[in-house]
Amino acid sequence: MKIPYYPGCTLNTVAKDFDLSAKTSALAMGFELAELPQWNCCGATFPLTPDNIIALTAPAKVLSNARLAGDTLTTLCSVCYNVLKRTNKVIRDDKERRSTINGFIEADYDGSLNIIHFLEILRDRIGFEKVKKAVKKPLNGLKAASYYGCMLLRPFEDMGIDDSEAPMIMENLVTALGAEPVTFPNKIECCGAHLAMNNEDIVTRLSGNVMTSAVNSGAEIIVTTCPLCHYNLEKSQPKVAESTPGYKNVPIVYFTQLLGLALGQNEAGLGFDKNQWDARPLLKKKGLL
Amino acid sequence: MKIKLAQSAIEGSEINQLERVTGEELKRCYQCGKCSAGCPVSFAMDIPPTQIMRFLQLGMFDDVMKANSLWVCVGCLQCYARCPQGCSVANVLEGLRQMVLRKGEDHYGVKEISARFLEKAPQQAIVCGFRKFVS
Repeated sequence: MKIPYYPGCTLNTVAKDFDLSAKTSALAMGFELAELPQWNCCGATFPLTPDNIIALTAPAKVLSNARLAGDTLTTLCSVCYNVLKRTNKVIRDDKERRSTINGFIEADYDGSLNIIHFLEILRDRIGFEKVKKAVKKPLNGLKAASYYGCMLLRPFEDMGIDDSEAPMIMENLVTALGAEPVTFPNKIECCGAHLAMNNEDIVTRLSGNVMTSAVNSGAEIIVTTCPLCHYNLEKSQPKVAESTPGYKNVPIVYFTQLLGLALGQNEAGLGFDKNQWDARPLLKKKGLL
Repeated sequence: MKIKLAQSAIEGSEINQLERVTGEELKRCYQCGKCSAGCPVSFAMDIPPTQIMRFLQLGMFDDVMKANSLWVCVGCLQCYARCPQGCSVANVLEGLRQMVLRKGEDHYGVKEISARFLEKAPQQAIVCGFRKFVS
């Protein structure tokens, strides 16, 4: 089974480990992520003012090209997922904006694409029970905190992947992989997002709240779905450790890295060497590597 | 603090423009404060989300525009997720940003980005930052 796949700009560059481990894991689960032959950046933010049509043209172009490859499109980055899914809904439900957008991109796209996150393939198309059966190396004893952030979940009526206040999709996945899910109060809080560009203090505080909340709840490793969350957490960790007595740095990994590991895939296909806080010593200690 | 109310300001052209740009109905807000309670960055705002809504209801557009709140909001939509009235302060703040940016006034420039940031930053942070801060 081949599923059309949109990597987005970040997975093609600084988050190659996310892309690589997802492709490796997909093959191990019996499907292939087929990268779109032609794609462009989604714009990395869904415009919050409905009259900002021009910001919808980049994602609309992605969608229009993707429709040529099939009726489904999957993606991994939370932001790409948010932007593509919300734009698709606008095109599907709003005739006036659809016609304006199509005029700009010289296409005739109708919003008929089904945008699904990689997590939804695992939960809805394959089923976590089957994922559990495919596990070759259960992640026994690994205490993993699933960090959702914002864009995967909100706004609920557009995203709908899971409850936006108390999501469980990632905990259910890590449970299927044999790990011990750690729930923590800040799992749906913002990491500081694009303020990484011009306001490091806020990012350090917000990412710090996320990490200390996870670690205080017993996490040994933090699992993410978003390259920007991943970056903000990784980068903030030294300052957080410095200002929080007793805090010990934890590895921050993509859910696909743990998935591939549990599916018995070779370390080389999972990109652990790219993480700033190396997860391998912890995984070795747990007998998982 | 003394506030001078004027019908002309409450129904002023800026407030009308803001409602038109965002599609938000400012009068729906009944000041429960859930947005400010849930907002991850309200601690850094000159005027927190709930008060932004009140100030705008009272036509105090200029006071709101002077606040750093519009540039600190990350658009995480926690305010909207928890609003019992279906208001999105994040959308209102984006509308205010747009009203500045559409005049060609940038909040942040390419030259201000540090080389250290560009070295390892995810592309999405740069693209998103530019969408939010640059006209």
